[in-house]
Amino acid sequence: MTTTAISARGLRKSYGDKSVLNGIDLTIPKGSVFALLGPNGAGKTTTVEILSTLVAADAGEARIGGHDLRREAAAVRSLIGVTGQFAALDNLLTAEENLLLMADLRHLPRREGRRRAAELLRRFDLTEAARKPVSTFSGGMRRKLDLAMTLVGDPRIIFLDEPTTGLDPRSRRTMWEIIRDLVVADGVTVLLTTQYLEEADQLADRIAVLDHGRLVAEGTAEELKRIVPGGHIRLRFASLAELDSAAGQFRAAARDPEELTLRIPSDGSIPALRAVLDVLDDAAVQAESLTVHTPDLDDVFLTLTGHGTPDTTAEMAR
Amino acid sequence: MSTFSYAVSDSLTMLRRNAKHALRYPAMTFSVVLMPMMMLLLFNYAFGGALGAGIAGAPTGGAGTGSGTEYIDYVAPGIILMAATSGAVATAVGVCVDMTEGIVNRFRTMSLSRAAFLTGHVVGSTVQTLAAIAVVIVAAVAMGFRPDASLVEWAAALGLLTLLTLALTWVSAAVGLIARTPESASNIPLPLTFLPFLGSAVVPTDSMPAGLRWFAEYQPFTPVIETLRGLLTGTGIGSSGYVAVAWCAGLTLAGYLWARSAFTRTTHR
Repeated sequence: MTTTAISARGLRKSYGDKSVLNGIDLTIPKGSVFALLGPNGAGKTTTVEILSTLVAADAGEARIGGHDLRREAAAVRSLIGVTGQFAALDNLLTAEENLLLMADLRHLPRREGRRRAAELLRRFDLTEAARKPVSTFSGGMRRKLDLAMTLVGDPRIIFLDEPTTGLDPRSRRTMWEIIRDLVVADGVTVLLTTQYLEEADQLADRIAVLDHGRLVAEGTAEELKRIVPGGHIRLRFASLAELDSAAGQFRAAARDPEELTLRIPSDGSIPALRAVLDVLDDAAVQAESLTVHTPDLDDVFLTLTGHGTPDTTAEMAR
Repeated sequence: MSTFSYAVSDSLTMLRRNAKHALRYPAMTFSVVLMPMMMLLLFNYAFGGALGAGIAGAPTGGAGTGSGTEYIDYVAPGIILMAATSGAVATAVGVCVDMTEGIVNRFRTMSLSRAAFLTGHVVGSTVQTLAAIAVVIVAAVAMGFRPDASLVEWAAALGLLTLLTLALTWVSAAVGLIARTPESASNIPLPLTFLPFLGSAVVPTDSMPAGLRWFAEYQPFTPVIETLRGLLTGTGIGSSGYVAVAWCAGLTLAGYLWARSAFTRTTHR
């Protein structure tokens, strides 16, 4: 209990005859960022809804901050903060009023509430817009205010459901900084869901890949990359002659005469690296430079789920 | 603080939120007043002459041409009651629109009193509707309505109106929760705004054909209208008073339970 913020065993949920979650197990240590990565419809939002007490699971159990999700929902609610996929703001109120509303509902004394609201507006760079109705805010501002409202109650465990979906690249970077800062400055535990591999790679200590309601892999970004073949060693040569003679030594290699490079499939491990260098030595070919490419999370996802992530591809292309 | 005082403070917070909404966007309050005002104008000036002539004891109607009881004295209590049904529609729409806002899901993940959200809406709407009722009463008096109620009778009439508003507001809060869109939230309670016409709001039930008369006499609005009319203009109340209060109390309880269970069940995305 002292080191685990969130633990879940066998979470299941179906809507009608459509099964959304097929037994999810999670263990998330305190003070870490955990990413649930998956395409649309994988069950990310449902997992967050269950863990944040919004929806009851059909089966399975979970403990949040040491409290049983089902039996001690009120205790769980007092520990958590949730920023959902769609901004949970009151559009008819101003930014400041939204924050004060949260402060009132968290039963903070009036002065403390005002202090906290002002501090959060400053921290999220919203002070100038504080008195404007939220309906006039841009997507990035809304998301920031949404997170600020979550933070009013000083939650120890924060659920972020697709915190940057629909944001422009700049607002996304700002959001990332805010999330990193949260963990460093406040020591909170964050469970975030994302469709963006880059986002999970950037923010999370551990990543679980969710597909069709099942966890298909879990580990650090590095661990995940390692289970996937598809890495390669890239050699660059000074001349076409050297490239060609090196290419003669490696059967599976792909040569690129324009760039004067050779791509050799490899898992990037030291023995593999040494073997390549030995072959070059024996053939008396000098390489100008060598780079090891480990697969990125896109490769991981493709390998694990057997299908691509169209949303991500489109997103990366922007 | 105890659980109960948290519940009260959360409800007050929610009420403040609804009050801000109502003050900042008065269109909804205006629309609550609009319907009964139109009815008042319509039934006093357009239909009053003909309808008044058909009602015994109200030989003249229209813009007050002569002696005896005016038709407006008959119809005003019924139309004052329509302000309450009009408020019910506004409540259903208000709750439904609010449910489509993401903030409600945020409320659910916070450790606040479960009923606070609904209590805030219902109390807010009740105050809004009572304000509309006051406006309609003033307008009716300006058009010639001459209630002869004593202070106690006025208090009883307002008490009954408050009770009725509370009942209708709880029921329509539940409607707002189960309605999928604001459009359907405004359509579902429409029969409610129609029911007073199928009671004794604009004409006495004796004038109706047998089947309809039976329905009119046993539906909830007729005893409420009869009681109001009795309190304000001194017509006979009989057992209507008890029946009216029983209906209102029953509807309030049913509406409250329905709304609570609907709120626990629904999650709008």
